[in-house]
Amino acid sequence: MLKIKSSFLFLTILSLLFAGCSNDDSGYIGLLPEEGEEFSGGETTVFDISQNAFGFQAPNLNNEEGLDFFVGNSLFNQNWVTSPASTTARDGLGPLFNSRACSGCHFKDGRGRGPEYNGEVAHGLLLRLSVGNGSLGEPLSDTNYGGQLQDQSISGIDAEAGFEIEYQEITGSYPDGNTYSLRKPNYIITNLTQGTFTANQISPRVANHMSGMGLLEAIDEATMLSFSDEFDSNNDGISGRPNYVWNVNENSVTIGRFGWKANQPSVLQQVAAAFSGDLGITSSIFPDENCPPSVICGNIPNGGSPEIEDSNLDKTVLYTSTLAVPGRRDWDNQEVLEGKALFEQANCIACHQPKIITGNHSIQALSNQTIRPYTDLLLHDMGEGLADGSPDYLANGNEWRTPPLWGIGLFETVNNHTYFLHDGRARNIEEAILWHGGEAENPKNEFMGYTADERQNLILFINSL
Amino acid sequence: MKKLLLPILFAIAILNFVACSSDDVTITDSSLITKEQVIANYSAIVLSNYQAAYNDAVLLQSAIQELAVNPSQLSHNAAKQAWRNSRESYGTTEAFRFSSGPIDDNDGPEGLLNAWPLDENYIDYVEGGINAGIINDLVNYPSINKELLESLNELGGEANISIGYHAIEFLLWGQDNTSPLDNQAGLRPFTDFVDGGTAENQDRRSQYVVVCAELLLDHLQLMINEWSIGGPYYNVFIALDEDEAIKNILTGIATLSKSELAGERIFVALSNQDQEDEHSCFSDNTHRDARLNLKGIYNVYNGTFGTISGASLKVLVDQSNAATGTNVTNQLNAAVTDVEATAIPFDIAITGGVNSTEGIKVLQAVNSLQDLGDQFVLAGTALGVIVISE
Repeated sequence: MLKIKSSFLFLTILSLLFAGCSNDDSGYIGLLPEEGEEFSGGETTVFDISQNAFGFQAPNLNNEEGLDFFVGNSLFNQNWVTSPASTTARDGLGPLFNSRACSGCHFKDGRGRGPEYNGEVAHGLLLRLSVGNGSLGEPLSDTNYGGQLQDQSISGIDAEAGFEIEYQEITGSYPDGNTYSLRKPNYIITNLTQGTFTANQISPRVANHMSGMGLLEAIDEATMLSFSDEFDSNNDGISGRPNYVWNVNENSVTIGRFGWKANQPSVLQQVAAAFSGDLGITSSIFPDENCPPSVICGNIPNGGSPEIEDSNLDKTVLYTSTLAVPGRRDWDNQEVLEGKALFEQANCIACHQPKIITGNHSIQALSNQTIRPYTDLLLHDMGEGLADGSPDYLANGNEWRTPPLWGIGLFETVNNHTYFLHDGRARNIEEAILWHGGEAENPKNEFMGYTADERQNLILFINSL
Repeated sequence: MKKLLLPILFAIAILNFVACSSDDVTITDSSLITKEQVIANYSAIVLSNYQAAYNDAVLLQSAIQELAVNPSQLSHNAAKQAWRNSRESYGTTEAFRFSSGPIDDNDGPEGLLNAWPLDENYIDYVEGGINAGIINDLVNYPSINKELLESLNELGGEANISIGYHAIEFLLWGQDNTSPLDNQAGLRPFTDFVDGGTAENQDRRSQYVVVCAELLLDHLQLMINEWSIGGPYYNVFIALDEDEAIKNILTGIATLSKSELAGERIFVALSNQDQEDEHSCFSDNTHRDARLNLKGIYNVYNGTFGTISGASLKVLVDQSNAATGTNVTNQLNAAVTDVEATAIPFDIAITGGVNSTEGIKVLQAVNSLQDLGDQFVLAGTALGVIVISE
């Protein structure tokens, strides 16, 4: 018995050893990506890492949508011109504007930036102006300068003003002793042409990247509300809440989804507002020309009433809604996966929601998609450091909408810069994280407490989105 | 002779061994062409086509230099003809785009060569703007040179195109301000290049177009370098997994057909009924662009270019799935027929809109090109690769 027993034991030990060895030989299996996580936009995902990475249409559009997408693309990319003009499809620019084309700020459907030096025309940074807020929280415009500073104008009319930025460097250090420097902007309005400037709330906003807008619109309101925890009942320090804003088409207040403060309820209204505010193009949604007090706009030729007809507005909205989401790069790389685990561990995912299933949308291709936008579309207090002091509907002066992170690693390729946050103050992802405060104070501190390698891996992960 | 025997025997032994081992996986038949052969033939076509484009661009450069030195109706006409000729060989190279190759990767020169549509007043005077453009801006751009013009391309907007074929086209033809029914291209007079002639800054205009021609050669040369045997991208391409390479080739022609050509280049112009949305709107050469892009697709699928005729995707698909092969070939032929049926010049074809007699033909060509893109996706399926056509 004993003999048998010992030999059995011996065999067992041997086999355990052997199994151990063979395990070591095949290597530590390590972290595994989630099935399908590289498809950030579900079936709308396109894998391309060229400068055109953001410019593709969702591959699951039908043929008719596929064609209209290109017409929308032409309205988005090409410059609008002053009326009258030989082109009738794209005339009516101004009289005031920030850019001649959507693509002037959303270059290659990507992200804008502030001027690199004072005097350079801004490529996608503008200033919102307000003198207070109305009954719904809507910002009230400056009497002379309106709700947005237009720094360009058509021939023969003065631009409203210009602006310059002064940056102040703020240094700090990690617990491990490594140092960093952040730059805080200060805005100086120059060359005022329309009289007294009364706006006491100035909010700089960078042109956002365009991917997946329609998918975000397709997220059910109930899903958004499920992320909300306004009174922080789970005590994690994070208390997201939705914005509720005026919806022109619905003629009522509805949930906000787009813009840095979630102050636009739909892609349609976002696009129409941009045509109106940024290009000076009237539409059925915003039919009134943005007219400075020194000008009698009735005397200036316009591009028709409205200047963009509904069929073309709809095509631009379709285009904006159906740009493909870029697929992940290096999603199965070990360092990226470690970064992903650290991102979760620091609870970044409380706001940057990693996985959402969309509801129904009038565009079939956007319906019921499993997407990975890394946003909850909700407002969060981001602390004094980032505050603009400009309330916008329910968003107070400290609150910002969680921006989606999909595509973030491709800005450098597409837009030749890595300026992040609402005003482009962060010069890279690390600085953007370090600016987080308020509700995001704890996750930021968690990040700061990571080792240099861990921080690097977390940034690698974000760059893989 | 004897000395050779041993290595030959060895070689035969190795071949036998390879054959045997791969017999286990797939049945090989020497009468069938292989993906490897198709890939090699494709790379030969790409190189040969870029070389042809380069050679025609050299002739364009000479003609432009002659126009700059001796501006006359004769030299102006010769330069315009040289531009048209140069488009013939460049047009077919567009079938190599959208295929993860060097023409449009993250530092590819496509946007420097062929960007459109361009905002004319970014470059030169326009109707209603006699002082417009880089040419007439002596304050900000005192000197016109390669570095400056390349740096200004696409600065601050996607239509801010400063260089490439279409910048040259605009400089040679000028704006096409006449009604499409007049059947006239842009009417820039040669005296725009004569000191003391028409418009302002004639010397700067001449300098500008000369610099553009030089840049065109530089950027085409990049593609020749990439695709030459032993060149950086050639090495990458040949080393790709065969299925990956086949997928890239098919994705390129599927995307050009369904998205770029059907959508961006033809349908947009038809929908907007705007000759400014034409690919070559100044010269009224857009009908050639469409036909040449499709010819490029035909070349890639059939494995032909100039004197090259080798292992083709067509044969590869036919031998994998005869029914799919027939469908693809039929749709390719139908697309050629439908595109050929559209009116010349292109602005005549589009100005009546989607419901006009000519517009219906254009829409038919659009649909046919979309269907062709879908067929290339199915061809991919037959070859075991996933192709996208957007």
